[in-house]
Amino acid sequence: MAFIELTNVVKNYEKGSEVVHVLQDLNLSLHEGDFLALMGPSGSGKSTLLNLIGGIDQPTAGSVVVDGANLDNMSGSQLAKWRSATIGFVFQFYNLLPFLTAERNVELPLLLTNLRGSQRKENALTALRTVSLEDRAKHKPGELSGGQQQRVAIARAIVADPKVLVCDEPTGDLDRQSAQEILALLETLNEQFGKTIIMVTHDPLAAEHAKTVLHLDKGVLVESEQAEVSA
Amino acid sequence: MTSVGFVWKNLYRKKTRTFLTFFCLFIAFLLYVALGSIAVVFSIDTVSGELGANRLQTSAKYSMIDDIPKRYVDEISQLDGVELVTHMSWFGGYYQEPSNMLVTFPVNPSTFFRVYPEYEISDEYLSAFIETRRGMVAPIAVVEQYQWKVGDIVPIGSQIYAQKDGNYTWEFELVGYYTPDQEGQTAVLLQYDYFDEANAFGPGSVGWLAIQITDSQLGPEIAQKIDSMYINSSDPVRTATESEANRQFLAQYGNITLMMSGILLAVFFTILLVCGNTMAQAFRERIAELGVLKTIGFNDYGLGLWILSEAVVLSVLPAIFGVVIGMGLLVAVGSSGAAAMFLPTPPMSVVLSTAVSSIALAGALGVLVGAIPALTTTRMSIVEAMHA
Ligand SMILES: Nc1ncnc2c1ncn2[C@@H]1O[C@H](COP(=O)(O)OP(=O)(O)O)[C@@H](O)[C@H]1O
Ligand SMILES: [Mg+2]
Repeated sequence: MAFIELTNVVKNYEKGSEVVHVLQDLNLSLHEGDFLALMGPSGSGKSTLLNLIGGIDQPTAGSVVVDGANLDNMSGSQLAKWRSATIGFVFQFYNLLPFLTAERNVELPLLLTNLRGSQRKENALTALRTVSLEDRAKHKPGELSGGQQQRVAIARAIVADPKVLVCDEPTGDLDRQSAQEILALLETLNEQFGKTIIMVTHDPLAAEHAKTVLHLDKGVLVESEQAEVSA
Repeated sequence: MTSVGFVWKNLYRKKTRTFLTFFCLFIAFLLYVALGSIAVVFSIDTVSGELGANRLQTSAKYSMIDDIPKRYVDEISQLDGVELVTHMSWFGGYYQEPSNMLVTFPVNPSTFFRVYPEYEISDEYLSAFIETRRGMVAPIAVVEQYQWKVGDIVPIGSQIYAQKDGNYTWEFELVGYYTPDQEGQTAVLLQYDYFDEANAFGPGSVGWLAIQITDSQLGPEIAQKIDSMYINSSDPVRTATESEANRQFLAQYGNITLMMSGILLAVFFTILLVCGNTMAQAFRERIAELGVLKTIGFNDYGLGLWILSEAVVLSVLPAIFGVVIGMGLLVAVGSSGAAAMFLPTPPMSVVLSTAVSSIALAGALGVLVGAIPALTTTRMSIVEAMHA
């Protein structure tokens, strides 16, 4: 079995009496260390798919296995625990807590571990150093640029050393320069730290940084080689 | 940073809102302790039930402030079932300044302490009180408060009675002190005979009677008998058991218990609305954030508990401040002597129980206000939360 394996996954949402069919009989397998760019039109179900892999939502039918864990028969609490150890999340709008400094935001996931306070602080600073923002440790999100906030968010995503990073349009809100920095950072995390990355993006140039590119359209996955995209 | 530190930082982020909520609750609980303690005092019998049940109180029928003829004392003493009758008058006394109000009653020293055995006095002081023409006794607390000494001639002003020469300031000799049955009772007792002969209205009047009866079962019967004795006289009276009389007396100043309860209820209803609304609003603004925390791996129940404890902390903490300062105020008022004539200072036990019930109430308020946000936090899915 692959590192990430989705088999015959169906996801429906119920809106009142209406059923929205988002994902239909979807299959996907990724090996550890992969960097997947997931593309597709708005509303095609990219975030939904990401949520299933990240264990924050469960499929209507089919199975989702990540790093040997079968997510579709876990309870909410089991999933929460599993997420904290296995997945780092990066969102389009950073989603930092505005009342905490960068350092404290990064430290947040470590509150779920048994680490001592001094160790948590050290790990948080190490993560900030990895994203080159150690000097902004005491700044609040409001005092940082969008690109810097996203780097703090990435530091938060990696601080507990998860195997998988799940990024939903991480450059969607950034200018080209900042976006390039974020993409370079993700590439480093993938290549040097061995993180498996699944990234949703609208931007073909962003997809260039990935090893694999897949298109989602009307709930179905279509493969396309990276070479084709950049050609 | 610890989890507790995180909760603190979170409460601190909207400083103005947190402060206003805090302040609003603080005032509410301050009021609650102060008014609540007083309301309790007004609603309990001021005299212990056991003793009070054997006593009747007779006063002028139409207003308790009217006087009644002193000869009623002797006449009522003759009735079957009546053991002893004593009388008291309302003097409206103060010490030096009208703001230093004293609860002062001219009484008959020989009968007063027999009808009120719960007021303890040594034989030595009692006989001095009986024998001294301008004698006066006071509770030890009052004696200490004004730093009087036994043997002092104390000027006592009256809001009601002048002496024959028109002077409203009287002089009494402190001959001793007595121990009231309850902390907070401050009645200063004056020699009636002197008051009676020296006051400008002339002799022969008393304020009300306290009647010791042989059997509490006979109370209603005797009361009725007394009232009918004087029904066609120029000074009709009304007789009731002591506790009932106390309530009737207080009722002249409005139904204080009801009024206090009304105020408290209104205050709490308002607080509940304000806090509930503030919490709900603060909560809505944080739903996406809670979604992020859930995503990171914070437990559904843990976060729900966190929201609940935040609400409880936010209501209990100001309550503690309010209660402490409210108690401080009561103590200050009680010891300033300005404890007005009609405003009994609540005993410490009442204040303490009000304090404890306030904190419990604050906890309940927190749970009530935090319950729905907490449940919502626990139940909402991350996908819903992030789309909020
Ligand atoms: N919680 C939900 N309830 C109902 N419908 C939803 C929910 N989340 C997503 N959808 C629907 O599922 C479809 C896919 O959404 P999404 O995965 O967010 O698309 P994408 O990320 O590709 O833009 C959309 O039509 C959206 O309206
Ligand atoms: Mg999306």
